[in-house]
Amino acid sequence: MYKGGKIIASLIIFAALFTIPFFYNMGKVNAGPDVALDTPAIQRLPASEQQCVESPEFMKENHMQLLNQWREEAVRNGQTVYINSQGKKFDISLQDTCLKCHATESASNPVVLNNPANSTGVSNPALNASPEFCASCHDYSAVKPLCWTCHFEPKEAVK
Amino acid sequence: MKVLFSFLAVILIILVATMGAFITNLHYVFGIIIPYLAFAMFVGGFIYRVVKWGRSPVPFRIPTTIGQQKSLPWIKQNKIENPTSAFGVVVRMAMEVLFFRSLFRNTKTELREGQNGPELAYGSAKWLWLGSLFFHWSFLIIIVRHLRFFLEPIPFAIQALESIDGILQIGLPAIYLTDVFILVAITYLFLRRIVVPQVRYISLPADFFPLFMIMSIAISGVLMRYFYKVDLVAVKQLTIGLATFQPVLPTGIGPMFFIHIFLVSTLFAYFPTSKLMHMGGIFMSPTRNMISNNRMVRHINPWNPEVKVHTYEQYEDEFRDKMKKAGIPVEKE
Amino acid sequence: MAPKVKLPKPGELSKIEFKNPATDWMDTPVEFKPGTYCWGAKEKDLLTLGLPNPRQWSPADEDWKIPDGWESTIIEGIAERLSKYRSFKVFMDICVRCGACADKCHFYIATGDPKNMPVLRAELLRSVYKKYFTKSGKFLGRLAGARELNMDVLKEWWSYFFQCTECRRCSVFCPYGIDQAEVTIIGRELLNLVGLNIDWIAGPAAACYMKGNHLGLEPHAITGNIESMVDDIEDITGIRVNPTFNRKGAEIMFVTPSGDLLGEPGIQTCMGYLMLFHELGLDYTWSTYASEGGNFGFFTSNDMAKRLNYKIYAEAKRLGVKYIIGGECGHMWRVLNQYMDTWHGPADFLEVPVSPITGTVFENAKSTKMIHISEFTADLIKHKKLNLDPSRNDHLKVTYHDSCNPSRGMGLLDEPREIIKAVCNNFYEMPENTIREKTFCCGSGSGLNASENMEQRMRGGFPRANAVKYVREKHGVNMLANICAVDRAALPALMDYWNPGVGVTGVTELVGNALVMKGEKERTTNLRFEDLPGKGGNE
Repeated sequence: MYKGGKIIASLIIFAALFTIPFFYNMGKVNAGPDVALDTPAIQRLPASEQQCVESPEFMKENHMQLLNQWREEAVRNGQTVYINSQGKKFDISLQDTCLKCHATESASNPVVLNNPANSTGVSNPALNASPEFCASCHDYSAVKPLCWTCHFEPKEAVK
Repeated sequence: MKVLFSFLAVILIILVATMGAFITNLHYVFGIIIPYLAFAMFVGGFIYRVVKWGRSPVPFRIPTTIGQQKSLPWIKQNKIENPTSAFGVVVRMAMEVLFFRSLFRNTKTELREGQNGPELAYGSAKWLWLGSLFFHWSFLIIIVRHLRFFLEPIPFAIQALESIDGILQIGLPAIYLTDVFILVAITYLFLRRIVVPQVRYISLPADFFPLFMIMSIAISGVLMRYFYKVDLVAVKQLTIGLATFQPVLPTGIGPMFFIHIFLVSTLFAYFPTSKLMHMGGIFMSPTRNMISNNRMVRHINPWNPEVKVHTYEQYEDEFRDKMKKAGIPVEKE
Repeated sequence: MAPKVKLPKPGELSKIEFKNPATDWMDTPVEFKPGTYCWGAKEKDLLTLGLPNPRQWSPADEDWKIPDGWESTIIEGIAERLSKYRSFKVFMDICVRCGACADKCHFYIATGDPKNMPVLRAELLRSVYKKYFTKSGKFLGRLAGARELNMDVLKEWWSYFFQCTECRRCSVFCPYGIDQAEVTIIGRELLNLVGLNIDWIAGPAAACYMKGNHLGLEPHAITGNIESMVDDIEDITGIRVNPTFNRKGAEIMFVTPSGDLLGEPGIQTCMGYLMLFHELGLDYTWSTYASEGGNFGFFTSNDMAKRLNYKIYAEAKRLGVKYIIGGECGHMWRVLNQYMDTWHGPADFLEVPVSPITGTVFENAKSTKMIHISEFTADLIKHKKLNLDPSRNDHLKVTYHDSCNPSRGMGLLDEPREIIKAVCNNFYEMPENTIREKTFCCGSGSGLNASENMEQRMRGGFPRANAVKYVREKHGVNMLANICAVDRAALPALMDYWNPGVGVTGVTELVGNALVMKGEKERTTNLRFEDLPGKGGNE
């Protein structure tokens, strides 16, 4: 007895399980998130203020630790000022420091949506309907930030 | 010696991976070509091996019966461990595959000196079961979790799995339970191969190699998450590129990723040639996957051979006189 | 023959060293220690059976007289079996050497020899499979666990495949169900391709082939033995039972292992059958042609097993019976349950077994049309068709040994227990890990119950004996019941060695003693002519 039918059926299931990504993404364009680092809000700032609290490379890798550190400083230690690696001072505030530049206005600003120039170049802006700063990457890689359990989530982030 | 060999082999693979990671020109090979090849070898090799098994028939119905048979109506049958229905077999297989039922039975035999001579005692021994269960389930969840890199948009179920796995919210990024479990479990599986004399004696290099491979994959994954960070968004662009057959190689991913993916690729390519095929084999094991209805339904052997037999006529010819003398009826007087 | 070897004392034998050799198992040569191995198969038996390479040889000799080119015979044999048995192929490929099977084998427990761990026993063959049938083994050799086939390997196979009783206990604990019995069966087939069998298997198989039973009893000897049992029954009960032989037109043919026809306590079990069937007025017949339930061909090769098994259906057809009842035997029932119908079915000349006494239809045997005596008797007891006086067994404190094959190749577990509980007042189970599907072998199964390997048999039976010792000390158990002719042959020696004072009985002997027959005289002795409790002259 071979039970060939059952073996073939099982192998089809096996192959199907392992090739889910190919079918799931079939026909889709590989569009990364749209991380706008020169939003109108940033552009409106004086040139000396356009640099983030730390370098973009550092922020990319360590923003979660930094935010965690800020929370610790502000909530537990009552510290309100952060001095960055260049010796520059920043208010410790998600709302007023981070979100001032990131994730404000942009969604309601049609200029951003229609302007391909705002992209970092690696992705197709037309497919990134939400230009919301945090959500774009976090949704893309399914990492759930814990910020919004205390802070009000910017409404643009709600898809 | 066996351990050392496997260890050195894995070190060599890590060195190759590191070379690939630090030579930018090789990124296309290590990030795209090798993963594709490895995946094809895994799926293709797996199917090849199973088909190869499947080409041999199961000539006899030989389930290992681990409970009361179905016989008289008032005797309670063990419908799972001595199944007479397809449903019973499905449950039996599910228990084996999902919960390692047979390993759960494991006992430890001890010979000790009792009051009246030697005594054999059989104690419960669930550590192997527990370690294996944690290892395999963690591995599965980790693989499913990784689908977040291969699916866009990411289905809710995978996000939910991810949040459950990180439920402790320790550390930033949050520690995955499965990462801890798999490292602990694989360390246990490794140590028992070293420490338990019998297991050390039966172990082959081919038993240590996959352990070291999986260990190094898990460690490189953890290092990547906490210490040698990579650009996740770029990683996902690469992986989605693979999944959509539009490979892209974003810049600045970070070397640890290439080490990790090369180790994973090696394991995938190695998988079908090794004992890791127990993943498919368990479904093919005739002692577990057959209905135990031997006396109710005839099982067909496709190569049932013609054999030479000693017929009754031959027997009577030899013993006719003796049979007649003993009053036994005969065919020919 | 080599000089008789002195059997070590139990105290020596139970000093088991679980210490691995200093050398890797591939570098540890096999040792042939007198008392632990069986004699080689005799030339005349292999000739009778038409098996390859018949010659006189001894395992103790350096030269086993294997014909040149044997390596390719074996390798081709492996290839053939890989293409015939999915079990073999899968089991060769998927073992992860987790070691769960190691201390489940009675031979490993009692010898401490790592090659007796099921995993390593399989590895003896797997290493050769890897060398010749897998790429990794070809290229990586020893690193992949592969090795060349040579004479040392062949001798090692012979030694260890005849130190496995095919009991399947390891298969219960294996997470993939890898069954060492299956590997041993194939290993022995391969050995038989070059004429390497043991005398204790080839001899009975040859006798069975020519004369119908392992003991080589000729027709008149069978009727003679049974006649003397009939005389004994008359002495004990005052009733003369009338068995018939090779009678056409009987409703039922009865087949039991020939071990029940000769020697104690087999014959008392046989007397039990005779009394039970007589009391029921069963229309049944014995056959002198199909006078063997067991099958030592099964310990030789699949073909050989099929050749011996042929007689049962052929004789049932010739006699025109409706169905077959099988007696108490272990491996016989593995064969009948899992092989016979596939080999020689469909048995469409028979009818689905129906008990003529209770009307119970044995749906579970609707295809093979062969039922176990315990199924038949348990049904009678449930329907209260037997007049039983269990107090006649009151001097016995009984425990029950599940035979390997009916437990793990069939699942016949509760039927005999139902019977024992109805015919005995004192029944005690051995510890949980040593009964039912986890039962321990008698140590002499699969053709290993020779006398020259007595030391090995006593070792192999040590876990079983130790469990009996436990209930003996706890409950005063003095009788070990079973449903297997090999057990009845092997366990008395085992009990004498480890637990002197514990007897061995077939379940149907207990039935025969408790059975109150119509018109019987008052019994004063049991079937062994021992005084019944309260009836003895001296009490």
